[in-house]
Amino acid sequence: MSTTQFDVIVIGGGPGGYVAAIRAAQLKLKVAVVEASALGGICLNWGCIPTKALLRASEINHLLHNLGEFGFAADNVRFDFDKVVKRSRAVSAQLSAGVAHLLKKHKVTVISGFGKLAGTAGANRKVSVSVDGKETTVLTAPNVIVATGARARVLPGLEPDGRLVWSYREAMVPKAMPRSLLVIGSGAIGVEFASFYRNMGAEVTIVEVAERILPVEDAEISAFARKALEKQGMKILTGAKLGRISKGDNSVTVEVTAGGKTTPITVERVISAVGIVGNVENIGLEGTSIKVDRTHITVDPYCRTGEKGVFAIGDIAAPPWLAHKASHEGVMVAELIAGREVHPISPMNIPGCTYCRPQVASVGLTEEKAKAAGYKIRVGRFPFIGNGKAIAMGEPEGMVKTIFDDATGELLGAHMVGAEVTEMIQGYVIARTGELTDGELKETVFPHPTISETMHEAVLAAYDGALHI
Amino acid sequence: MSINILMPALSPTMKEGTLARWLKAEGDTIAAGDVIAEIETDKATMEVEAVDEGILGRILIAGGTHGIAVNTPIAILVAEGESVPEAAAAPVAPVAAPTPSAPAAPMPAAAPAAMPVAKGTRVFASPLARRIAGQKGIDLASLKGSGPNGRIVRRDVEQAATAPAPKAAAPAALVEEAGFESIPHSTMRKVIARRLTESKSTVPHFYVEMDVELDALLALRSQMNAASPDEGPGAYKISVNDMLIKAAAVTLRRVPQVNVSFTEEAMRVYEDVDISVAVSIPDGLITPIVRKADTKSLRQISLETRDLVARARAGKLKPEEFQGGTFSISNMGMYGVKAFSAILNPPQAAILAIAAGERRPVVKGNEITIATVMTVTLSVDHRVVDGALAAQWVSAFRKVVENPMSLVV
Repeated sequence: MSTTQFDVIVIGGGPGGYVAAIRAAQLKLKVAVVEASALGGICLNWGCIPTKALLRASEINHLLHNLGEFGFAADNVRFDFDKVVKRSRAVSAQLSAGVAHLLKKHKVTVISGFGKLAGTAGANRKVSVSVDGKETTVLTAPNVIVATGARARVLPGLEPDGRLVWSYREAMVPKAMPRSLLVIGSGAIGVEFASFYRNMGAEVTIVEVAERILPVEDAEISAFARKALEKQGMKILTGAKLGRISKGDNSVTVEVTAGGKTTPITVERVISAVGIVGNVENIGLEGTSIKVDRTHITVDPYCRTGEKGVFAIGDIAAPPWLAHKASHEGVMVAELIAGREVHPISPMNIPGCTYCRPQVASVGLTEEKAKAAGYKIRVGRFPFIGNGKAIAMGEPEGMVKTIFDDATGELLGAHMVGAEVTEMIQGYVIARTGELTDGELKETVFPHPTISETMHEAVLAAYDGALHI
Repeated sequence: MSINILMPALSPTMKEGTLARWLKAEGDTIAAGDVIAEIETDKATMEVEAVDEGILGRILIAGGTHGIAVNTPIAILVAEGESVPEAAAAPVAPVAAPTPSAPAAPMPAAAPAAMPVAKGTRVFASPLARRIAGQKGIDLASLKGSGPNGRIVRRDVEQAATAPAPKAAAPAALVEEAGFESIPHSTMRKVIARRLTESKSTVPHFYVEMDVELDALLALRSQMNAASPDEGPGAYKISVNDMLIKAAAVTLRRVPQVNVSFTEEAMRVYEDVDISVAVSIPDGLITPIVRKADTKSLRQISLETRDLVARARAGKLKPEEFQGGTFSISNMGMYGVKAFSAILNPPQAAILAIAAGERRPVVKGNEITIATVMTVTLSVDHRVVDGALAAQWVSAFRKVVENPMSLVV
């Protein structure tokens, strides 16, 4: 170890941490990243990226089983599940190596080990790095960015056992395709796994404690998605409570109470996707003025903690717990440390995407929340069935919903369900970030033929009326 | 049928103003001709008279609101027994009495949303910020943007709307700033800032300075004032300033090429000699005009100036009394100023800065004697007044002052 003194030490090399490190290095700061596992964090190794590889495979499987619509016929369509999983791992490996390369290119020092805050030394903060519980080095820097991320929340009785009960980790690298599956929790993670396994041919049941799936999404979109998933043969139980869980040799029976009825559901595997908890343990927060609220570090809009020079970003900090929010915070904090003028991120401007089939994407307030906030709103809706490109693509299932503030024309929220909506939501995100009003959105020329025209129509629908319906 | 009362244009150049206060309350019965509100424009406070009769149904813009664009609905007038609409209806012809001429044409529906900004100073603001500012009657030009590259965003407008004394938005206060208090600009301060910046940065100024002896003028003044009745309507007391106004006017008749202004296409030569007299008032300055000063007697000039100054200090000048003018005088003699250069008052091409008259040694022939001397500095717009012409004017002015009989004949 040649040097241990840096301008910035980042604990955690996920999408928050490594991006913060690159940005800080661009701004001529001397940066170290301490990573206990693999660069790229959960997102790149066990989350966003490998699931997209899996979901792509399941989409192809779906298409191969529905070739007739396009005039094709194929016999004996089958897949090698092992290869599907291996491809997903290869994608992660490639990108993790890419992150290592990027950090090297920017002359960021990467240190393998478990980093923790270890007090101060003059104006510096100390970060102790250990491997297998043994301290290997102590780094110092005036600024520390805590980006240790989060992990799956574990329900009692549903601890992942590597065999019958899976968390996202096991669900990502199964040894064999389960014939039947129970997914507990219908947030983005649960619904994506449900969609993957269903489109690969498994019998899938989702149970959700809330009254609807994708509970953070707009109720109308959530209902639309539910109908589409059920049409694909998925079983969905909402307002559901879990009862007794009994494990067999190759099966699990879970008692589920929904709608006043208790039914035992027997499946080969259970995926528990009931949220996340922050990795706040053993990182030296004890005895500092850093506050922890239900496993997440309390921060101000600039990601500052109660300790001078200590920042927290990404999943360890405030919601929404999304990779792009973590990266953006990483950039903001790096610029803040470098003395640049920065702008805090408004949660209202952070999009959320779920890559099930059909996809779901949104930004801003739901109709319910907009009303609860006291806005007099205008709502526009447009279905994919009124869009030429969607029909030509064989993707007529979808809709776009816009919510405007009647008083100012502000786009309060936009909600989409359907093919490619995760690629399109950024249009509305730009509108929100740039503070565009209905005026600019109406006057924007959307290219024809694209599915994005539905976004324009949904704006028109909120005012004078859509053109194609 | 309810009628919108719109922010009146009190002068052809007025873009926005401050609604100083309401003189009528919601529910009051209004007769045509009633004074319903006071509007503070660029430089004066004006009364707004009702044109129609009815009941003041709703006040849309509270008294004390700054930066209200001309033609913005400020209140709704309803008929007896009629229900009051929540908000202003679609634009109708302006109703509130625009005192001078040129009632503005009805604006297109969308126009009130955007706040007009001073020409040449582009304001970077998000569409949403613009719209909210328009609705709340906030002048975007007065805000500091906290968005990317200083762009004004919604939070800036909302902060300005809620905070009575908006402090500059300072995110990420990593650097400790010195303590300060932000005092919002008055309409006049904004106009002074805009006009003088425009003048000094776009007009090529050129200065000619000369010493002028005052003894003869002072002697004449004593004689004239001694001839005034002690009291009564005929009494007068002519000041040095009155005489210098007249002297400038006489000089402009003799050198009329200075009584001009520059336009892109042509030089405008004025027929009348209208002297703008800079008057300092508590919140800034204003330039009431002595019109056709060359044709008026000293006594007339004296009475008129006294009246104008008094009303200027009370903020009661009418727009036509301070807008226009062909030449300006700024006199700081009473402060003992040695000499100074004034900034041109566009579109005028010249302004005369008058310093204190003081007893100084002067050389006459081969002898040093004592005389009362003041230094005057003429600032000219070099685009229309060249150096030699400016020198000729100052020289002519000295001749008039030093031989003051031309002021009375």
